[in-house]
Amino acid sequence: MSLFRKVALAVAALAVLVLTGCSEQAYNMREGVTEISKEVYSLHMIVIWVCVVIGVLTFGVMFYSMFAHRKSKNPNPAKFSHSTTVEIIWTVIPFIILIALAVPAVKLLIKMEDSSNPDMTVMVKGWQWKWEYKYIDGDNDPSNDVSFFSNLDDASRQQALNAGKYFSGTKIEDENYLLEVDNPLVIPAGQKVRFLVTAEDVIHSFWVPDFSVKKDAIPGFINEVWTKVDEPGIYRGVCAELCGKDHGFMPIVVKVLEQAEYDAWLAEQVEAAKSGPDLNERTMAQLMTEGEAAYNKYCAACHMPNGQGNGPFPSLIGTEVVTGEGSVDKHIDIVLNGVPGTAMQAFGAQLTEAEIAAIITYERNAWGNDTGDKVQPQDIYDIKNGGGE
Amino acid sequence: MADHKPKGISRWLFTTNHKDIGTMYLVFSFIMFLIGGAMAMVIRAELFQPGLQFVEPNFFNQMTTLHGLIMVFGAVMPATVGLANWLIPMMIGAPDMALPRMNNWSFWILPAAFTLLLSSLFMEGGAPNFGWTFYAPLSTTYGPPSTDFFIFGVHLMGISSIMGAINVIVTVFNMRAPGMTLMKMPLFVWTWLITAFLLVMVMPVLAGAVTMMLTDRHFGTSFFDAAGGGDPVMFQHIFWFFGHPEVYIMILPAFGIASAIIPTFSRKKLFGYSSMVYATASIAFLSFIVWAHHMFTVGMPVKGELFFMVATMLIAVPTGVKVFNWIATMWKGSITYETPMLYAIAFVILFTIGGFSGVMLALTPVDWQYHDTYFVVAHFHYVLFPGAIFGTMAAVYYWMPKWTGRMYDEKLAKIHFWLSIVFVNLTFFPMHFSGLAGMQRRVPDYNIMFSDFNMWSSIGAFGLGLTQFLFLWILVKTCMLKKGEKATDQVWEGAEGLEFTHLPSPAPYHSFDTPPKVD
Repeated sequence: MSLFRKVALAVAALAVLVLTGCSEQAYNMREGVTEISKEVYSLHMIVIWVCVVIGVLTFGVMFYSMFAHRKSKNPNPAKFSHSTTVEIIWTVIPFIILIALAVPAVKLLIKMEDSSNPDMTVMVKGWQWKWEYKYIDGDNDPSNDVSFFSNLDDASRQQALNAGKYFSGTKIEDENYLLEVDNPLVIPAGQKVRFLVTAEDVIHSFWVPDFSVKKDAIPGFINEVWTKVDEPGIYRGVCAELCGKDHGFMPIVVKVLEQAEYDAWLAEQVEAAKSGPDLNERTMAQLMTEGEAAYNKYCAACHMPNGQGNGPFPSLIGTEVVTGEGSVDKHIDIVLNGVPGTAMQAFGAQLTEAEIAAIITYERNAWGNDTGDKVQPQDIYDIKNGGGE
Repeated sequence: MADHKPKGISRWLFTTNHKDIGTMYLVFSFIMFLIGGAMAMVIRAELFQPGLQFVEPNFFNQMTTLHGLIMVFGAVMPATVGLANWLIPMMIGAPDMALPRMNNWSFWILPAAFTLLLSSLFMEGGAPNFGWTFYAPLSTTYGPPSTDFFIFGVHLMGISSIMGAINVIVTVFNMRAPGMTLMKMPLFVWTWLITAFLLVMVMPVLAGAVTMMLTDRHFGTSFFDAAGGGDPVMFQHIFWFFGHPEVYIMILPAFGIASAIIPTFSRKKLFGYSSMVYATASIAFLSFIVWAHHMFTVGMPVKGELFFMVATMLIAVPTGVKVFNWIATMWKGSITYETPMLYAIAFVILFTIGGFSGVMLALTPVDWQYHDTYFVVAHFHYVLFPGAIFGTMAAVYYWMPKWTGRMYDEKLAKIHFWLSIVFVNLTFFPMHFSGLAGMQRRVPDYNIMFSDFNMWSSIGAFGLGLTQFLFLWILVKTCMLKKGEKATDQVWEGAEGLEFTHLPSPAPYHSFDTPPKVD
């Protein structure tokens, strides 16, 4: 079997190469930072080793047989074709091993699913393709609730696009590439935090590996999941359920702060929310600059940075809604309220008045649209609070 | 003359001959295998390095969706139906399938179905982009217009499969030669009979799911839309009630193939025949009560999760019995290593590795970490490529001499095997690591911490893809150029079964016009 030996050698060499080549890279489940995630990790390691041992024994017998019972060594085959005893043995033994695995799994699962008596609650809502976090303090006064959106950071977005010119030498070296956001979820250390997970449009999945938390975000339904992190730090996760085009571009970043720092952060957010929107009038140049930045962040994923649209996502250049006579109101209405039944979301609750005004102004004047229309934050505010639907 | 056959294109269009139909199924399956494989190459090229290099994320999603659909419904399933057509009548001593005209029809629906599906690539809005599992509401409210072509295509594939399955059931129950009792049937016939029952039970469920999608999309219903009182999770329950038996539909025939090949090349009877039959039946039964293990993160009640976890773990028992029986068949045999045997052994080992990751995935608490990562991708590719597809390749090498009357080129076939096995592992083994490290499925781009494993997977995939052209050449050389030495009637020294003991090589166009006597 010289061919066999050559191939075996090649496989072994390749395996060594792969393993040494990848020594810098993560290759196992992470232990995580919560009590639950550590227990999950140890159950994972137990079941891996159980599989390895069974595999070595089973394949060991098989390889021995392949070697010792080949025709040149064993020209006369045995005649047996069944044995009730061994068949019972190899039915019962796996059964016992499985029960031994199931017991700790059942215990752990019951513990993981117990989201009762949380210290605080955060609503997590998946959108195409961003997360919204809402802090519900339970005092029945909505003005004390804080909510914000969390988007992929601009740096990752830029690198993803630049990598298209990869062969001309742009190499991605950022270790948080695609795992960084503009506004992270912030939670306090040492508290049992319950997440109420839901979605706006399609199914997403909220996954933070370090907490061993993964729960589907389902439109119209609310799922519960919880964690208790003792170690302050920054933990990163991703959306785990295919949710459309930019499924790979909606990371989750959780910042765990000491209680005092967290309280200060929350107070600051509440304060900012209460101070009301920034409705200062802006010049055309300001609107265009702010508009370009906001457009690239919230709109370019579908309508493309050059406004030409992409597949089902319409072009914004010279189209009726953008450049048509007297179309400003329609344009504002679509951005605020979305187009039902399509991927066009309602941005009214997601973005500030200033952002929406800037985006609309930008869209109406960029890429040769040049309508000269100028929309001010105050206009948007008025439509949202009275004029509009 | 018994061997009269019609000439030209009408032979293939109008044929009711199980061998011709089997050949067409196999050829069709191979074409789909290459198309689905080409899509896999696009996926792996994009994932070769971090960053977006070759395709847009939306097109990437179309590729993953079509790759899955084509491989499942276009490559693996038709391949096993092709084998069933060729082999079941010869194995049970029947002259043909019981319903030959329906047999013709169930094949010819397939090219239409896949033309519809593939044509969606050229439509405005692109092909379906919601994954082969087409979860609502991504596939309903948010699906591209071509989704309707997909729905119609799936209906046609379902009709084709149901007709094929009915044909197998009727043939096996009515057309066995005198003396061929159920418990004397070759394991391949048994596994296919059980597969056929799975098919007639679950394909209508899939048809129901896509019909509900259609009415949700166009006729104002809200089966899967919470805003209208529906439930997106119900879609997943319905889909996986089809989807889990579906994975056994793809793998059970391969179990039957291994159970034919391993005894032949071990020159020893299959160990534990009746427990093999019962194990297959148990697996089929269990496959109906484990579907929600695909949905451990949707927020089921704890009791539901516990039930599905335990039921899923139970599948390891009958599957273990099968693996142990194959090894016991080899034990103290007199083994030689022709290509079919190599593939069968690789099937047993690599399928078992897929089984191990299956047990890991069954444990709900850890599944939360594995779910929707590349670990799952590694798992199901291990049971599908070195499982179902290696099983099919083993079958093709094993029975090709009986079909064509010529031996294939053993040396080339061995090269095909060794390249396949190296590349299949190079492609799919690193996916275990990238998945455990935290890389989620169905993304066109990823963090740099996953870049090495992805590069290896891509290199493996390119190699694996290219290697299959060698397979194509071996097939062309044997079947069309008619090169290779003449096969004996028994073909393999240890071969048993009516097709080897009672029929010449190549098997005549009409075989068993008078049934053989089986004792």
